[in-house]
Amino acid sequence: MFRLALKMLYGDLAKFLMLIGGLTFCALLMAQQTGVFCGLMRWTTATIRNAGVPIWVCDAKVEQVNEVVALRDIEVNRVRSVDGVEWAVPMYWSIIQTRLRDGSFQQVQLTGLDSTTLIGRPPVMKEGNVEDLRQPNAVIVDQIAVKKFAQKNLELHVGDVFEINDKEARVVGICEAEQSFMGQPYVYTTYERALEYAPPQRKQLSFILAKARDGVPQSEVLARINAIPGLSAYTADDFADRTFAWYFKYTGIPISFGTVVALGIVVGIAIAGQTFYLFVHENVRHLAALKAMGASNATLAEMVFLQAFTVGLVGYGLGTGMTAMMGRAFLSKGEPPFFLPWQVLAFTAGIIVFICLFAASIGLLKVYRAEPAVVFR
Amino acid sequence: MSETNGQSTRQLAVNTAGVTKAFGRGESAVHALKGVNFEAHCGEMVMIVGPSGCGKTTFLSVLCGTMKADAGSVDVFGTDLIHLGTSRLTAFRGQNVGFIFQQFNLIPTWNIVENASVPMLLNGHSRKDAEHEAARLLTEVGLGQRLEAYPRQLSGGQQQRVAIARSLVHQPRLLICDEPTASLDAASGRKVMELLKATASRPDRCVIVVTHDSRIFSFADRIAEMEDGVVKAIHSAGEYTAHYL
Repeated sequence: MFRLALKMLYGDLAKFLMLIGGLTFCALLMAQQTGVFCGLMRWTTATIRNAGVPIWVCDAKVEQVNEVVALRDIEVNRVRSVDGVEWAVPMYWSIIQTRLRDGSFQQVQLTGLDSTTLIGRPPVMKEGNVEDLRQPNAVIVDQIAVKKFAQKNLELHVGDVFEINDKEARVVGICEAEQSFMGQPYVYTTYERALEYAPPQRKQLSFILAKARDGVPQSEVLARINAIPGLSAYTADDFADRTFAWYFKYTGIPISFGTVVALGIVVGIAIAGQTFYLFVHENVRHLAALKAMGASNATLAEMVFLQAFTVGLVGYGLGTGMTAMMGRAFLSKGEPPFFLPWQVLAFTAGIIVFICLFAASIGLLKVYRAEPAVVFR
Repeated sequence: MSETNGQSTRQLAVNTAGVTKAFGRGESAVHALKGVNFEAHCGEMVMIVGPSGCGKTTFLSVLCGTMKADAGSVDVFGTDLIHLGTSRLTAFRGQNVGFIFQQFNLIPTWNIVENASVPMLLNGHSRKDAEHEAARLLTEVGLGQRLEAYPRQLSGGQQQRVAIARSLVHQPRLLICDEPTASLDAASGRKVMELLKATASRPDRCVIVVTHDSRIFSFADRIAEMEDGVVKAIHSAGEYTAHYL
């Protein structure tokens, strides 16, 4: 009977396509918008992933990675002295303006790395060598900088020069780094040079990057660092979670995207539920005839659920497939942000299952209420 | 009430006594059946006739177990339908009853083999067996060349032939026909009844036909005349046509 149930579904091509269209639109809207939202949220923690270190130490008042409450340089030594810490290095981070050779300005994220170890270095070098950062006035820029400069009709190559706070910065390499939430390019240099570029402040240390010694539980090391007054230590993942939480709490981004996703669910339920109800309604006489001929309610329920979940599966496949294609296009252009973890696909699948259950259930009510004797009327 | 001789020697297929059925409650209740007593035997075709609203269709629904009577007894091949639960009643219908409806009730998106094979599929037979048997019966009713056709591609008479094949595919012992010729022209109606008589009538099967169509009375072994919710009389076909038409 299952094959015949599907033939019954495909046979009504207009409703079949409408159901598929509704569920595809619903899946697309949910997966695509959630994907953009996840991408946007991921951008907020790009600095953490670009640095690639296990422990982040900052001022106790810091709530997320994109805000800095400067520390005294001496704090690095205090962290280094904590039992179980293998290494701890300073990191400078701030948003600062650069002046390009045509006189125009571009904001960048100036990132100062420990000059000895270059820990927190850019993850992938496209041109040049990261060790060249130790040369005078050397900086490494990311691919976003190349793009931003190109938008101002300025080609940026290794060897080019621009100014940061009236001081020369010479490009010795171009790296590949994850784009950040604010969109400014990353410019890497050494910690000491970053302090030269940056406007002078009493305290200038942004973060301390650290690692626990092998064999020492990271949680213990974190607890020991957290015992130092005025400092907080987090694993990279925890720091990212804190950042996400901050954006959830203090920005309207989740509500904005959540509204669109909710709209997708409502539209999906409305279109799929109504169309499926109409489909069952128009077939209720046939289903009642099957009932008269000996089809049990369970058999009819199986048929109706099979029909509902078939359109659900096709709609989900098309919707998420289109989402993946759009995501691929977004990622190739770099904007808008897009990240499609399996959880988004699972969430979308869950909502589609819910919609199918809802649609099938209201259809089934009609089937259950249908008296087999209706076939004689 | 007049009785046709010789019925008592055949196995009793359907036996109802004092069957009542009302729709609604209180003063507004409509009493469709008011104590129907009826018998039909294996090997015979009994037609139920009467004016509109006399309770024919309600009685047919009660006989085949698609509707429960309020009181009385409905015995079909020794099974008391009144006291069967819904699921057992559904199973009983699936195994023992074949249906031919006025509006055919063929599923438009299934071809005629698929339509005709449904009762066997519902009884748990394999698709291969069901479609093989359906194709055999469709060939027997003259549709062997159109097995891949869909209902909309057939005339009314041809669709009713599909319905006949569907009603017989699972070898039911009771065949219920509701106005089988009402949607057909005279020639098609006669052909359908000839076919029904030829393919459906068997010594171990009882055929009950509700009809208004006086042109087909001659096919009946007996005719039960209903009026105002009761079986008023039962006649032989010849007797009925001679006296009432």
